[in-house]
Amino acid sequence: MNKTLERRAPEDARTPNPRRNFLRGSAALTAAAGLLGAGRAEALEPEKADPALLPPNVPPWTRSQGGPFINPPYGLPSRHEAGVVRVLPRVAAAFPTGSRTPLQNLHGIITPSGLVYERHHAGVPDIDPNAHRLMLHGLVERPMMFTMEDLARFPSVSQVYFLECSGNSSAELKKPTGKTAQEIHGLLSCCEWTGVALSTVLQEAGIKRDAKWVLAEGADGAAMTRSVPLGKALDDALLVYAQNGEMLRPEQGYPLRLFLPGFEGNMNVKWLRRLKLGTEPFETREETATYTDLLPDGTSLQFTFHMEAKSVITFPSGGQKLKARGFYEISGLAWTGRGKVKRVEVTLDGGKSWVEARLQEPVLSKALARFRLPWQWDGGPALIASRCIDDAGVQPSMAEVLKLRGANSNYHNNAIQYWKIDADGSVQNVRA
Amino acid sequence: MFAPKHLILAACTACTLTITPTLAQQHYNLGRPATPAEIAGWDIDVKADGTGLPKGRGTVAAGAAIFAEKCAACHGAKGEGSVANKLAGGAGTLNTAGALKTVGSFWPYPTTLFDYIRRAMPHNAPQSLKADEVYSLTAFILNVNGVIDAKAEMNQTTLPKVQMPNRGGFKQVVD
Repeated sequence: MNKTLERRAPEDARTPNPRRNFLRGSAALTAAAGLLGAGRAEALEPEKADPALLPPNVPPWTRSQGGPFINPPYGLPSRHEAGVVRVLPRVAAAFPTGSRTPLQNLHGIITPSGLVYERHHAGVPDIDPNAHRLMLHGLVERPMMFTMEDLARFPSVSQVYFLECSGNSSAELKKPTGKTAQEIHGLLSCCEWTGVALSTVLQEAGIKRDAKWVLAEGADGAAMTRSVPLGKALDDALLVYAQNGEMLRPEQGYPLRLFLPGFEGNMNVKWLRRLKLGTEPFETREETATYTDLLPDGTSLQFTFHMEAKSVITFPSGGQKLKARGFYEISGLAWTGRGKVKRVEVTLDGGKSWVEARLQEPVLSKALARFRLPWQWDGGPALIASRCIDDAGVQPSMAEVLKLRGANSNYHNNAIQYWKIDADGSVQNVRA
Repeated sequence: MFAPKHLILAACTACTLTITPTLAQQHYNLGRPATPAEIAGWDIDVKADGTGLPKGRGTVAAGAAIFAEKCAACHGAKGEGSVANKLAGGAGTLNTAGALKTVGSFWPYPTTLFDYIRRAMPHNAPQSLKADEVYSLTAFILNVNGVIDAKAEMNQTTLPKVQMPNRGGFKQVVD
């Protein structure tokens, strides 16, 4: 057992049950905060900057005028952040299908638009919004056609929601494969989305009584199609045209995308051109041949829409290195397609005991939640992980996922992610 | 057709300032009717019972020729896979560690194959194939999987009746 946990022992001893798993409530926060003063950072590496740029010297950026405004007109991150970008899978594919969000470099809960993950079925079309149309037909009273201007005139809604590919983290079902949080879990992003409630637009056309399902179809080269239950369409589904305050990025469906909060990413059909109401699911390729979950007995689950409770520690996480012992804030993301994250717990000892982390407000329904836990690293090996608790229960272990769904299921892997911290401070993806 | 909507909107704004979700019939008079011709151009989905299949016919032999020309470069000469997905094989593997999901081993409906080829293939020219070509390619891929006979013709009537080996392999969760 490492020294961090030994330091925690006095707080643990106050409770009647020394084997308790959780520290809860304000007492837990006080106890955790007590760790802050428990030790001072030791053995800091020498600062690496050129001494001429450091006090008592005054660096050149303080002794001269800075660059011009609006250079470029659409602003970019600092050139010193050039490494914070989306990445393709490490093994190049003949037909690349997705890029991943650098979760380990992000702060708070919003994913900047330029870092939102991509998953395409026929690349990114270049659509003229003036020539884009949404057709709404099938079991409606009045088949309708909408321009983008029409859609923007409807009462609008803005909501913060996460978006996760159902294939996120799938390679891990076979064995620990990815190195970083981005490589393993980066088919995950969270934005403020703006658009019109789908229910509003459906009511404009009038829904026939026997309609039960809605086919959504993209205008891309895949004419990507998924069937959506009418209940979801009338509940919280949106037709979005903006994200994070600006029009959708081309790779996110410009100019129009279906958004189904909490549902698997591919159902949020991009470049949306057509909605057709019918009595049954349309049994498209993307809901039969793909995006169905193959079980160990050879049968498959179809229409597993919700993305279930999940979390990942983003600091410290795979590929990072702790340079010195001492204080760190463990930080990560938790989410559930079922609603709000209720609680996040963190283990520092490989799952023997769990501590409640602090959730950053606001904790929004079907959005990423940021959790934090103060931590003193004593320089010894540690095995850390987080687990998300929602109304439906506790995020499962990998063993539980494999028992329930098997390694061939490919989709909806929401297993707990363990990171192993070695004595040299390096952090690795491991199965525990 | 727009007159009744005008009336409803006028009535609602006149009666109260409280706009609530109970105004289920609220209309905004935005958009316009979609014409039958417009719908016909985009309405390409084919349901499992065959609804939506166009007129036309295709054979395995014709499909083999089209496949060699337009598909084999990515999918292999007989759908055995190359840079793109395997389309054939995998029978009996679904409950093994080496599970192989292909049209023959996994797809539950023959109609989905027609729908997908028509909307998304070939990769370099989606929605370029005529109905007869799509029927023929569908026939060829079903035949290399041993699902239909080499002499079978695929059309509006025959295709929906093809029994896929994994038709009973799916449990609908809808959640």
